[in-house]
Amino acid sequence: MSQTDAAQKLAYALRFGDTALVLSHRLSEWCGKGPALEEDMALANTALDLLGQARHWLTYAGELEAQGRDEDALAYHRNDREFFNLLLVEQPNGNYADSMVRQFYFDAWHALALRRLLASNDAQMAAIAEKALKEVSYHLRRSSDLVVRLGDGSERSHAMMQAAADALWAYTGEMFMGDAVDADAAAQGYGFDPASLRAPWLDYVREVFDEATLTLPNPDAWMHQGGKQGRHGEALSYLLGEMQVLQRSYPGAQW
Amino acid sequence: MYAQLVETGAQRVRGTDELEGQERVFQERIDAGVKIEPKDWMPEGYRKTLVRQISQHAHSEIVGQLPEGNWITRAPTLKRKAILLAKVQDEAGHGLYLYSAAETLGVSRDALIAQLHAGKAKYSSIFNYPTLTWADIGAIGWLVDGSAIINQIPLCRCSYGPYARAMVRVCKEESFHQRQGYDLLLALCNGTPEQKAMAQDALNRWWWPALMMFGPSDADSVNSAQSTQWGIKLFSNDALRQKMVDQTVPQAEYLGLTIPDPDLKWNEERGHYDFGAIDWDEFFNVIKGNGPCNRERLATRVQAYEDGEWFREGLNAHADKQAARGAAAA
Ligand SMILES: [Fe+2]
Ligand SMILES: [Fe+2]
Repeated sequence: MSQTDAAQKLAYALRFGDTALVLSHRLSEWCGKGPALEEDMALANTALDLLGQARHWLTYAGELEAQGRDEDALAYHRNDREFFNLLLVEQPNGNYADSMVRQFYFDAWHALALRRLLASNDAQMAAIAEKALKEVSYHLRRSSDLVVRLGDGSERSHAMMQAAADALWAYTGEMFMGDAVDADAAAQGYGFDPASLRAPWLDYVREVFDEATLTLPNPDAWMHQGGKQGRHGEALSYLLGEMQVLQRSYPGAQW
Repeated sequence: MYAQLVETGAQRVRGTDELEGQERVFQERIDAGVKIEPKDWMPEGYRKTLVRQISQHAHSEIVGQLPEGNWITRAPTLKRKAILLAKVQDEAGHGLYLYSAAETLGVSRDALIAQLHAGKAKYSSIFNYPTLTWADIGAIGWLVDGSAIINQIPLCRCSYGPYARAMVRVCKEESFHQRQGYDLLLALCNGTPEQKAMAQDALNRWWWPALMMFGPSDADSVNSAQSTQWGIKLFSNDALRQKMVDQTVPQAEYLGLTIPDPDLKWNEERGHYDFGAIDWDEFFNVIKGNGPCNRERLATRVQAYEDGEWFREGLNAHADKQAARGAAAA
């Protein structure tokens, strides 16, 4: 592997790891504040699954980088410009409808992406994807089910879900926009072309929204991008400031 | 403990031979160690006392998520974060089993939660203290979960079947929590001087509130005597507290931490540690609502519940629609 190849693959692994880590963080902000006890438990469970996945990805990224950085060095000692998560998952929690729609948009993509990674010619990536897919299939069942029940629920719940679906829509496009890193992943066979997930994702979201009596926002609307390249919104830096406070305040300490 | 000062309604405890009819049969079953199950006849006082005790315990599990949840987003390693997330999830699960156990006594979870939110039901005093540093997460696991285990292991043998069975599940998880808390502190005590100072500071702040968890001495309490006769309290508050002190002192020594009590001393004659006087004024103040975090803990729970109203209403509306569709199709 040439040096640029290694750097591309590292960035690719970090995108998955950072995305899982940041969403796990957002979900754990709900701790003890969910709308029902069962939701508190389910949120913690999803946060825990994503955290486990993040640890696998970051550990592997550290191996690819070969600079002796482990999962914690990567999680706690990079700034927001060096994080490559999707913009969608860093969006603040908002109300519970916002958090559930964010989860649904992401889960629907995540399940498709992981399924594609099962065929990765990188054995580590395929193994991480295989384990994660079991968890994410469950996340997707749960978030789809909630979208249907709340969309086709009361007038108020319908309105809140539609508002969340509309507000977050502009952050979904990034999941399907490729760049040089994605092109390398597809060409080398360890990853895939993200554009190829767009049609199946739209089909799935449309199907669930139909059942939920929600209106699918315009697929050709303007979409934000930049997270995968380290250009984030203002919220991420605060999130990392909180996450990293102890590691940054006590350099070198073991915990 | 998680349930403190539980009112039984008794003025005087009557012995088995003073009881008649169903009440006598009931007490004889308890004396014989036979479990009471939801469908069995039980005195109204027994039922009400259990509802109070179990719901206080359930509320404590739920409110207890908040002080620990306060550090999930700031946990210093991903492994510690995962452990803490799993712990807090366990506590929510404990709340669920306990509300279910209370429901077998004919009172709904919604009704119990409404009492909590109205300020009519108590939860453990300990959760009204703030978690100021990461070491507090270790101190809670070590001391608070540790105290919970001391109180709850006997309850695995209590007279009410559903409560006893819930306690068996809960105790298994609490013992993990205690070990994880201790392990967290061990890492701090083996770390830098700053980390060790953080651990000592946490012990200084949590030690006395942890001892207060067992409640004031109940040697002369009619409520405790009645609960003991009913088999839902197996040891006195003082006996449980002594057990906690005896168990914890050597653990603190191993950590190299000092327990903040100048009167703490091994008493060869008693075979126990003697310890200093507890500030019960502080305890009663916290119970009355004047602890450092009473207001915000309750406000957080109430806010979560109110913010979630549309969610619960939406799910109910959907269930009604589904039922109507089912009926129309049939
Ligand atoms: Fe618990
Ligand atoms: Fe616990």
